[in-house]
Amino acid sequence: MLTVEVEKQLGEFRVIAKFEAPDGVTALFGPSGSGKTSIVNMVAGLVTPDRGRIMYNRTLLFDSSGVDEPPHRRHIGYVFQDGRLFPHMTVAQNLDYGRRMYRLPRDSAAQARIVDLLDVGHLLERRPGKLSGGERQRVAIGRALLMQPRLLLLDEPLASLDAARKREIFPYLLRLRDQQVPMIYVSHHAAELRRIATTVVRVDSGRVTGVGGAELLDAADADAL
Amino acid sequence: MDRDPPVAEDVATLVALPFGIAIAWALARKDFWGKALLDGLVHLPLVLPPVVTGYLLLIAFGRRGVIGGFLADLGIVFAFRWTGAALACGVMGFPLLVRAIRLSFEAIDARLEDASRTLGADSWRVFLTVTLPLALPGIIAGMVLCFAKALGEFGATITFVSNIPGETQTISSAIYTYLQTPTGDAAAARLVIVAIIISLIALVASEWLARRAGTRLHGG
Repeated sequence: MLTVEVEKQLGEFRVIAKFEAPDGVTALFGPSGSGKTSIVNMVAGLVTPDRGRIMYNRTLLFDSSGVDEPPHRRHIGYVFQDGRLFPHMTVAQNLDYGRRMYRLPRDSAAQARIVDLLDVGHLLERRPGKLSGGERQRVAIGRALLMQPRLLLLDEPLASLDAARKREIFPYLLRLRDQQVPMIYVSHHAAELRRIATTVVRVDSGRVTGVGGAELLDAADADAL
Repeated sequence: MDRDPPVAEDVATLVALPFGIAIAWALARKDFWGKALLDGLVHLPLVLPPVVTGYLLLIAFGRRGVIGGFLADLGIVFAFRWTGAALACGVMGFPLLVRAIRLSFEAIDARLEDASRTLGADSWRVFLTVTLPLALPGIIAGMVLCFAKALGEFGATITFVSNIPGETQTISSAIYTYLQTPTGDAAAARLVIVAIIISLIALVASEWLARRAGTRLHGG
């Protein structure tokens, strides 16, 4: 369970978010520019809230009274919209990066399982510059999984892909959900979230306007009409 | 002197490198008090007349200089030694070194460094595994520029540590000395050729290394 209660002023824009995300896939759902990415950046530790607290299970990650666990000690995986693979490393080195940095023992069974799950075995020796958008995003997901995160953040992981590539990646994300990897999934696409989310947190202009189930996605569609 | 002193231009470039990287990184990525001043100081040798830089070095690092006197007690002497020539070459090449490295740091996508942090890298390891390798082409270019400047270094060196054959002579001051002696034409010509060859090798090597690093970065 992730507990978020944060405030952050970003220029003219103010984020005030309070919600609880049980295990499973929690969707942060709202229009572009509503502050979803800022919220996950605070959970990851890349952005420091002005006030509030962030807790995962029993671990305090941030508290304005003086706790601020740095990102490299949070054990929270992050799949960015634009992949952000390291261009100077091969796919294999990208995949292994988190394990090396977190000084985890080499676990070739886990590695083989994830390489298999994401179908990236034939890409291992290539460099990110030589990958298609879909391949790059699969490697990015694998890289985040191989650091053995306790929670996985996905920020519009499909947004930079065309429809065919989306269909290519989505089944892998469903598989992750079915393997009980806890996820926070940011998107502004109701259709995508309807298939994967177990909890929906609706975000509008920096505020959380509702927490519930898939019905929040339907309400949003109604708004759009 | 029982051995040949190392070549001042090489030593200058190598010793300046870690300082150059550190200062370039601070200028590119950090905000701190006195940043504009540091930036100005680093670039000063680029615009000051070299003789003035040499004179300032003499005041600071001479045997009775503020820093020189202190270092002399520790057994490090710059005045009229090859170390002084290396220092002068390093100071003169430093702005070019810092400039090239700083530009390449600024060109790096900071979002890659964020990704590295979420994957468990502390600041130091982010720097070693992401920032530094991505800046490599710029670092190489900076080293070549610094070395080239050191090769041509004349004014600051001659003012600071004079022109002592086999000790404080750079290739430029050596050529100058030979040209001043009636029979030195042939020797000067030889050095000119050496200077051309060294410069060409440095240019070609840096071009090759930068290209290699570039293809490595952008998919190859």
